[in-house]
Amino acid sequence: MQKVSTSLILAGTVALAGAAEAREYRVGFIAPKSGGAAQLGEALERGARLYIKLHQKDLGEHTVKLIVRDSKRPGGPFAKAAAQELIAREKVDILGGVVFSPNAMSIAPLATAGKVPFVVMNAGTSWITKLSPNIVRVSFTMWQAGFIMGEHAARALGCKTAISGYTNYPPGKDSAAAFKRGFEGSGGKVIDSIPMGGPRNAPDFTPFFQRVKDKRPNCFFVFVPGGNHAAAASKTYVALNMKAANIKFIGPGDLTHDLQLQSIGPAIAGTTIAVHYHADLRNNANDAYKKAFAVEYGAKAVPDFVSIGGYDGMAAVFAVIKAAKGGNITAEGALKTLKGWTHDSPRGKIMIDPTTRDIVQNIYIANVVNDNGILRHQTIKTIPGVKDKCKELGIGRCGK
Amino acid sequence: MDQVLDIATTILVFGVAYAMLLFIISVGLSITMGLMGFVNLAHGAFAMVGGYVTVKLVTPLGIPYLLALVIAFMAVAAFGVVMERLLYRWVFDRPELDHVLFTIGLVFISVFAVTGIWGPDPQNIQLPKILQGDLNLGVKSIPVYRAFMIIAGGAIVLTLFYGLERTRIGAQVRAAVDNRRMAESCGIPTGRLFTVIFALGSGMAALGGGLGIQILGGLKPVFAFEYLVIFLIVVAVGGLGNVRGTFYAALVLGIIDFAGKYFLPEGGGFFIYGVTFIILLWRPQGLFGKAQR
Repeated sequence: MQKVSTSLILAGTVALAGAAEAREYRVGFIAPKSGGAAQLGEALERGARLYIKLHQKDLGEHTVKLIVRDSKRPGGPFAKAAAQELIAREKVDILGGVVFSPNAMSIAPLATAGKVPFVVMNAGTSWITKLSPNIVRVSFTMWQAGFIMGEHAARALGCKTAISGYTNYPPGKDSAAAFKRGFEGSGGKVIDSIPMGGPRNAPDFTPFFQRVKDKRPNCFFVFVPGGNHAAAASKTYVALNMKAANIKFIGPGDLTHDLQLQSIGPAIAGTTIAVHYHADLRNNANDAYKKAFAVEYGAKAVPDFVSIGGYDGMAAVFAVIKAAKGGNITAEGALKTLKGWTHDSPRGKIMIDPTTRDIVQNIYIANVVNDNGILRHQTIKTIPGVKDKCKELGIGRCGK
Repeated sequence: MDQVLDIATTILVFGVAYAMLLFIISVGLSITMGLMGFVNLAHGAFAMVGGYVTVKLVTPLGIPYLLALVIAFMAVAAFGVVMERLLYRWVFDRPELDHVLFTIGLVFISVFAVTGIWGPDPQNIQLPKILQGDLNLGVKSIPVYRAFMIIAGGAIVLTLFYGLERTRIGAQVRAAVDNRRMAESCGIPTGRLFTVIFALGSGMAALGGGLGIQILGGLKPVFAFEYLVIFLIVVAVGGLGNVRGTFYAALVLGIIDFAGKYFLPEGGGFFIYGVTFIILLWRPQGLFGKAQR
């Protein structure tokens, strides 16, 4: 009896003092840890863990535990099962991570049903944020880079005709649609649009690229997922000698992804991309980030836009945790904190749009240049405060 | 008219280059299946290992590409003998299901071993200068590497044909594929013959793996799985154990696959399966296969 009452009192004290006690917040983190996209999962997790390491002290006595699950493939099922387990069994406070759009789409209903805030750290299909009121995206939308690239191609690069080639799944279709809208809105004409296989394994791009070469457009806009696909696509552009045929190679930042850039080879110099982050951005936050990244993961490790998604995503998670002040995290509370949240990111200032819960950020137009044998991205234009054009214009599923 | 010629050249050059690759890799699989009735699903793994050997000889060690291909051929052929003597021989006389389970297990092991040693990222090589750039055919320019693939593939095809039709060991192989028990009764050592063929087939696959790096968009650990279906299709369409049949099957499927993706990017990748379906309905034993004995 004595024992029972003591423990009862103890439990009561803990409950009362709960808010002031050190608490471990559990963050479910879903990313590809195996298969062809493992490199992207690693980058995302590196960014997230680096933020935790550098900013742990900001949380005082509270701690963050990253519970990592493998999404395995770009499709939905594994990611969904992982999210279910994280919510139901691991009782995570927040869901995060996610490299591929279909992963995020399959998780969205669970975030709603489980009343868990879900911070999307990479997946870029514009309408993802429409799928659950509990989603906040800190990465990018395909329409941000695609639309701006379309305008730039027509106005600055002087392309009159273009062909788009894309990996045949939601972000690819999004990217091609955004490019078309931007390009044709500025007077260009998209003469062909080519779906180039699925996102799982990088296909042989030759038949698609050769078709483009034979049609001789001024610009060739390509969306493929970063990593493997990007390297294979860029290599095909080089192998088919398309530059000599005066076909400009353009696309979102995946195309000359920092992680793959050096392996593609110097012939890729001259490519133009529109991107929200590349490793050669010059600002204080990025200098500090690159330095910390090198200290943590070695001088050879390359920071890229995926790692930035993880890094800033964790910054958003930290903002939510700080606002919870040691108490429970609720979806309403987290969303209240994150709507309108601003952050000084290595990619420049970012903000979460309070109405769409999507990222507002700078988009950079950059050229790939050969700097004494090392390929670099050279920013030639900065477009500040870019919102998601798809939701602004209410196109397709973005409008519903 | 010019445009038609232009596109026809594209399809032919790229299709045939791809076909050569399919043939070089698949022919070993075809002969081992025809000769011993052995279903070696791990054949693609030998191609993959050959590709990795080539990459690792070229990039860190700086060995010339063509020499690296020869070394990969010999190394994997030797590796094939070791595998055959050490592992494969134990399952030869078992039912086909055991062949399948055993070799698919080997594929899994190879994928994880390769991922463990060299990581999951695709491997690429820088081709030698002479294989880069374009070759002007008059009608249009084609990449030098594709022309090289066609010429090298053609040379390999001719050598194999000659070897099978004109040499003693070739005659033995043909006899053994036709009727193994009869060949054995005539004193042909089919066991040893198989070892030789297995080594040759593995070496060829390795050569294909090395040649294919540039064509298949980089070399990945999933290679052994990704292309397995295609190799099996080539073998089935060509007819088991028939070198000529494998060649024609590779040619038909290589060209159709490229043309399908070129003309109809959306869904063009499925042409190859449709064609396989029709051919096998028409001739279940394959284009050049013998009807069931």
